[in-house]
Amino acid sequence: MAASVALASSGQPKLSSRFWREDIHGYLFLLPWFAGFIFFTLGPTLVSLYLSFTKFDLLSPPRWAGLDNYVYMFTQDRRFTAALSVTFIYLIFEVPLKLCFALLVAIALDRSVRGGNLYRAIFYVPSLLGGSVAIAVLWRQLFQGDGTINRIILSLFGVQGPSWISNPDTAVYTLVILAVWQFGSPMIIFLAGLRQIPKDLYEAAEIDGAGKFRQFRSITLPLLGPVIFFNLVLQTIEGFKAFTPAFIVSGGTGGPVDSTLFYTLYLYQEAFANFRMGYASALAWVLLVIIGVFTALSFASARYWVHYDDDRR
Amino acid sequence: MTTVAEASPANIPAQPGESMGRVVLGGLMRHAVLIAASFMMLYPLLWMAASAFKPEAIIFTDLSIVPPSLNPRNFFDGWYALEASFSRFYWNSLVVAVLVVIGNVVSCSMAAFAFAKLEFRGKKLFFAMMMATLMLPYHVTLIPQYVLFLNIGWVDTILPLVVPKFMAVDAFFIFLMVQFFRGLPRELDEAAMIDGCGPWRIFFTIILPLSKPVLATAAIFSFLWTWNDFFGPLIYLNDIANYTVPLALRAFVDTTGQSAWGQLFAMSTLALAPIFIFFLLFQRLIIEGVAMSGLKG
Repeated sequence: MAASVALASSGQPKLSSRFWREDIHGYLFLLPWFAGFIFFTLGPTLVSLYLSFTKFDLLSPPRWAGLDNYVYMFTQDRRFTAALSVTFIYLIFEVPLKLCFALLVAIALDRSVRGGNLYRAIFYVPSLLGGSVAIAVLWRQLFQGDGTINRIILSLFGVQGPSWISNPDTAVYTLVILAVWQFGSPMIIFLAGLRQIPKDLYEAAEIDGAGKFRQFRSITLPLLGPVIFFNLVLQTIEGFKAFTPAFIVSGGTGGPVDSTLFYTLYLYQEAFANFRMGYASALAWVLLVIIGVFTALSFASARYWVHYDDDRR
Repeated sequence: MTTVAEASPANIPAQPGESMGRVVLGGLMRHAVLIAASFMMLYPLLWMAASAFKPEAIIFTDLSIVPPSLNPRNFFDGWYALEASFSRFYWNSLVVAVLVVIGNVVSCSMAAFAFAKLEFRGKKLFFAMMMATLMLPYHVTLIPQYVLFLNIGWVDTILPLVVPKFMAVDAFFIFLMVQFFRGLPRELDEAAMIDGCGPWRIFFTIILPLSKPVLATAAIFSFLWTWNDFFGPLIYLNDIANYTVPLALRAFVDTTGQSAWGQLFAMSTLALAPIFIFFLLFQRLIIEGVAMSGLKG
């Protein structure tokens, strides 16, 4: 009785008990996420950091090895160097080409073309299918010595082309083409960005006598800056993670002569073919650092070339 | 200038007609370029689908995208070419994909509701932690996860592919849903709260029914990504009876090598068919999803 009077008069405990109940609800809704975060994200991340300082083959418990994995990686491991350079070559060609195509086609589709939605759908389809094994299998046929691409070259120019996938100088570029072919999703993001640009800017520029190219350079590019930046970061991170095409086209080897040994493919081989789990963990952490540094650099450089226009919102 | 005008008096009224002609011509040119580009983009896909109907002997020499006949032989032969039939692989893929869709939609919407609508201590910190996991490449958690699943005997079952999804590990979808839930008018849940609804009632009877578009987007992309996923099944599934379709295709390449391209293309075409059908059915949601959030294809 006395307690209820106290409750009614002050109101304070009642309020805090309501707060507590709300807390409980929040935690209950988050419960699956908590469990997933601890068991599948935070826990494994810490364990993998630990494993990266050990030698571990799954059969016997991990043995502490200090910095050995990292020292070996940066001083002696030729395949690590190969994997890094293959991945960088892939990215240097794939990302800018893909974004250029995406932007070009987006601009061509932006000016209310009849059937624009159909074209958009057609250009987007490869993006949706491209990461699958089925397409990688197809790519393998297209670019082999007696494959369809060489058939087309033969019938158009009368020249017999080489086997693009078994030549170490060209193999990685077949994968670049596969990636560029999937320009559909950045294209759609560009289209959404283009739609945000006020049309009267172009009309004003036209009255001032600016040509199409000048309009592109002075209106489209600067106003699209944030979208270009977003696509650039997104596509680069996706590019670092590419795996399936290289695995299928090279039959899991990363060959010929490690010329398609994507970083992720090397990591896979070390972990699940050679069972060097400690070393593979170190590779994963180096990848994390590379992606982190790249992202940080992009955001730092964005201050100089990406202009966020305040009145646009 | 004047001499030209005098020479042909029809010149002046013709001016607008001429510029219109140029517009039409420009439009035709644009369409010609776009159609040629579309054809080049689709050619590999069309050629593969056509080759699925061609006899082995002509596949490498025939560049046509029109099948010579609709002989389904490659489809029958390919379906039963491996130790287990593709019925099995489709079933496995379907089970994994459906469970992942359910897991993602249920667990991510719960987490998103907590972040968007409820107040509790530590919310900001948890939200920041969730956002941090967005940036984390899966390679970092890969090996400890594998060791964990190996130790509890889940390797060579679909559990490692499915169970984590019931624990909201795809932070991306949480983020997407948080954005959507925040956009729903606050008055609705406040009114419901005054009427004595608890958070669970509000979640099930107000938020979820209003959020069909974002739930559908999450479900569609969960399905597409899982259907295409190769890396997860490659690591966790060993027995051919447990293979998903992408793993089976890879096994197909390994066992038949260069000898059965017609069958391989038949199975590849079938493997892509569900994705293609999804695209036809949900084109608007898929394209909006990509435009809104940069969801990869």
